[in-house]
Amino acid sequence: MNILNLLIFVPILAAVAILLGAPARRTALGASAVNLLLSLIALSQYNPVGEKFQFLWFATVLQDWDLKYFVGADGLSLLMILLTTIVTLAAVWASPRVERMERQFYACLLFLSTGALGAFASLDLFFFYAFHELALIPTFLLIGIWGSGDRQAAAWKITIYLAIGSFVLLIGLIGLYLSVPETIRTFDIITLQQLAATGKISATSAHWIYPILLAGFGILISLFPFHTWAPDAYASAPAPAAMMHAGVLKKFGLYGLLRVALPLMPEAARYWSDLLLVLLVCNILYVGLATIGQKRLDLMLGYSSVMHMGYIFLGIASFNLIGLSGAALLMFAHGLAIAALFAITGHIRERTGTVRFSELGGLAKPAPVLGFLFALAAFASIGLPGFANFSSEIMVFFGAFGNKSTGPGLSHFQLATIAALWGVVISSVYMLRGFRAVFLGEIDKRRASIPDIPLAARWPVILLLAALMLGGFFPGVFLKFIQPALQMFAAH
Amino acid sequence: MAPTLPWFVLLPPLISAAIIVLFTQKHRDLSAAISVLAVLVSFVAAVCIFILPAAEKASAFTWLDFGDKLQVQIGFTIDRLSRAMLLMVTFVGSLIHIYSLGYMAREDGKSRFFAGLSLFMFSMLGIILANNLVMMFIFWELVGVSSYILIGHWFHRDAPPAAANKAFITNRIGDFGFMLGILMVWAAAGTVGFADLQKAETLKLLTANPAYLTVAALLLFCGAVGKSAQFPLHVWLPDAMEGPTPVSALIHAATMVAAGVFMLTRIFFLIAPSHTAQSVIAWIGIITAVLAALMATQQNDFKRILAYSTLSQLGYMVMSVGLAAPDAAMFHLFTHAFFKALLFLCSGAVLHSLHHEGNIWKMGGLKNQMPVTFLTFLIGMLALTGCPGFSGFFSKDAILAAANAHNSAIFALALATAFLTAFYMFRLYIVAFLGSPRSDAARHGHDGSAAMTVPLIVLAGFSIFTGWPIFMHHFWPVSHAEHGSAAVPIFALLVFVLGSGSAIAIYKNKKEDPIYIPLLANKFYLDEIYATIIRLTQDALAKASAWFDRWIIDGVGVRGLSAGTWGAGFLLRLFQFGNLQAYAFFFGAGVVALLYYIVFR
Repeated sequence: MNILNLLIFVPILAAVAILLGAPARRTALGASAVNLLLSLIALSQYNPVGEKFQFLWFATVLQDWDLKYFVGADGLSLLMILLTTIVTLAAVWASPRVERMERQFYACLLFLSTGALGAFASLDLFFFYAFHELALIPTFLLIGIWGSGDRQAAAWKITIYLAIGSFVLLIGLIGLYLSVPETIRTFDIITLQQLAATGKISATSAHWIYPILLAGFGILISLFPFHTWAPDAYASAPAPAAMMHAGVLKKFGLYGLLRVALPLMPEAARYWSDLLLVLLVCNILYVGLATIGQKRLDLMLGYSSVMHMGYIFLGIASFNLIGLSGAALLMFAHGLAIAALFAITGHIRERTGTVRFSELGGLAKPAPVLGFLFALAAFASIGLPGFANFSSEIMVFFGAFGNKSTGPGLSHFQLATIAALWGVVISSVYMLRGFRAVFLGEIDKRRASIPDIPLAARWPVILLLAALMLGGFFPGVFLKFIQPALQMFAAH
Repeated sequence: MAPTLPWFVLLPPLISAAIIVLFTQKHRDLSAAISVLAVLVSFVAAVCIFILPAAEKASAFTWLDFGDKLQVQIGFTIDRLSRAMLLMVTFVGSLIHIYSLGYMAREDGKSRFFAGLSLFMFSMLGIILANNLVMMFIFWELVGVSSYILIGHWFHRDAPPAAANKAFITNRIGDFGFMLGILMVWAAAGTVGFADLQKAETLKLLTANPAYLTVAALLLFCGAVGKSAQFPLHVWLPDAMEGPTPVSALIHAATMVAAGVFMLTRIFFLIAPSHTAQSVIAWIGIITAVLAALMATQQNDFKRILAYSTLSQLGYMVMSVGLAAPDAAMFHLFTHAFFKALLFLCSGAVLHSLHHEGNIWKMGGLKNQMPVTFLTFLIGMLALTGCPGFSGFFSKDAILAAANAHNSAIFALALATAFLTAFYMFRLYIVAFLGSPRSDAARHGHDGSAAMTVPLIVLAGFSIFTGWPIFMHHFWPVSHAEHGSAAVPIFALLVFVLGSGSAIAIYKNKKEDPIYIPLLANKFYLDEIYATIIRLTQDALAKASAWFDRWIIDGVGVRGLSAGTWGAGFLLRLFQFGNLQAYAFFFGAGVVALLYYIVFR
């Protein structure tokens, strides 16, 4: 059986089994462990010097429209699939005791995972889109039912916001479908890429479709100014849901840019790059400053996650192999780091009942391991060497700065890079302030004896950190898969 | 020499840090032993590298590979500069590790402390060995991390974490410039490797546009301004004294802060073509030297006086690089490492026995209670103040000679700094060690254990003779003759006598400070000024952005728009019934209907 189909259907089968009465937590854990194993097998079987897309499998759905259920993977999809399976396992593992509707909770997590995996493995535009929609439903349920604080409002907000984003995206995708001559219209991404290479996608329509896609994907990624849904949603979401959405599902939009928008409409992408540069600088500087201004750990992390999207956008905007490879690896790295941070935040909330900076402090004394793990994840997130975030940010900076201006002076890319470099200072300000406010300094007497993170709860965080360190020490392990997938941009 | 030998210098401390973190956290003494063993292995390997001829082939690991566009290696530069630095850093590092065995003997966080020291050694050795700018930057950042960990060692108090944050963030401001400089160099030259950059044809690409090169060189210099604590980014170093004293000695006196000077020397071929860059560097250096020396004269905390002295001496070295005399800078870096580490370890011995009472006015008469500390401190002080015959005299002379040869204004300021150095060090010495005890703690002072006194004695020995030409020429090519003027040593001697003499005249047998200059005691109010600037810019902007985001973009923009749409109204109604599942149902149903329509139309 095709390994990608296995990856997509194992979580669904497990979810159904759970709803039918299988032990919820154990089944979910088993299924996500199996899936991680499957994604590693897929990586080991993938031949980086062979055909670009491997593990191809399709079933025709609609002959007339050339619509089919079509899966396949290149290095980029495999990287995202690996991210999904790692974070899914960590999220399931890190799930605290669920007080009510435990079955539904784990089923939702697994459905979310399937949606993400399906989107990353699809080579058909329709299924690519539909799988992501499928993943949104459990996201809403997870926030609305198991969330904290004003969970209904948060669920409502993310619902409408992302529904609008998806709708804009749908318009763009339909436009894309219609932009090739009627006789050769297709949803097949590989065929579309060939059509794009031979100039069959109308340049004038591409010129207007690209910004629509950018807006649609941008909303899903929390591109400025469409970002305000993210902090609230992540603050209200239960930790595993925040891990899955911020870590994995948010990457769908970025993946879409890399998989669909850029390869199919390279000219338009370059035409609109100035707009993207302005927005991403806002993501980094403006949202970065707003992150410093937060007074709660969960909101600060939510904002920081929005800010870091700016770096990935910078890599994407740079449009060369170095920058795009950096963007791809940073998608992976950011997903792992933010998942680890949200997992630990969940433990802090559970132990102290608060995430307000003003009410916390000194927790590293009674809970040294919790503090240590948070410190590592925080260091990763602010891009310190040894973690994949650093290696990928370096690539992003080099890629973007390498786009020199033809005349004297700095190019727009280089100016944006300078802003992004200043963002590195900003992120160390908020992250170190946050860490200090929660873990260092003198401790409130009431909390002097809170328990440290239990042994079993450490492993999911360690899993995430280990993957981050692998990418930090040996980025080549991942670049081996990423570079062939992005080779088409090497000429630029 | 085997090509793999540098790995044996670099990796043992990393392995040690990893073992301590993963396995031996609960066994504090074992952790300490592992860390000491690791630094000794590095030291032995460094000695081998120093003695043996260079390898034919280099051993390297390619970290990032983008063909001819960008290659980043983890590889090594083995030349006179790195050999001498490796030897110095591992030797001083070993002594300070051993000293820490005594100093941190009964410390709860001993494992964490030694893991931090090991991580620091790894990072510092990486900077020295780096064969390209990006690798240097990687270890540069890691040095910042280990410094953060070690300054904040006593994290359950309020001041150390604050100092650690300040150090890290200030350094990152410098690193902003450093990284940008690296990008500029790469964008013009197409490579980041030191060997490739030095090739004539690559260098020509850089020198083709002098303004561009000047900007790039000054941006790289920003990195050194942060790490070597030069004005205006010097504010973190005095606060960093919140860390345990061995850390102050190893990191904030002998090695890490010298990394900036080392880096400037390593990339001097990029600075040399630009006169503008050179004079900016020289002036930043001398300004730091003078300001810090002035501030040192009015401080009352033992370690902080030494910290300001470090700032001042680093200013000397940076100035020397700016005066096109990187050799003299490295010479002074070398001698300074020994005597400043010695002085800090002496201060540690004092603090250790006085239960962390750091105010020199509560000391006095320590010479009778702590004879070993007293004598070794005297040697370190004479070396620092440039007493003839001691190491500092020779290295300072080399720098003064360079100043004299290039710029008389800078030379005059450098002499003034030397005068102030003699003044504040003798003030410290007289107040803390001579006279009669002024507190109970001072009456019960005592020398430390052998683990603490032996490193003092060894370092004292080195503080005397490392400057002697007969010893130094093995490491570094410095002869006074090449700069000429015989008047320089005479001037140097004169300011030494004047400075020490006036300190003796003013401070002998005093119970409190007869001089009070608010401007100097308050460090020119720079901390307050910076705090105000941060509050008015960053913090105000942060608050404004957070507010704007919540109430304007999200409040007016998003909610305003959504409230006006039918879809929102429809969904809102659903939620007012509290029926989220219903929405999910409709949503799913919609997807299914769409699928159905497409498939079975």
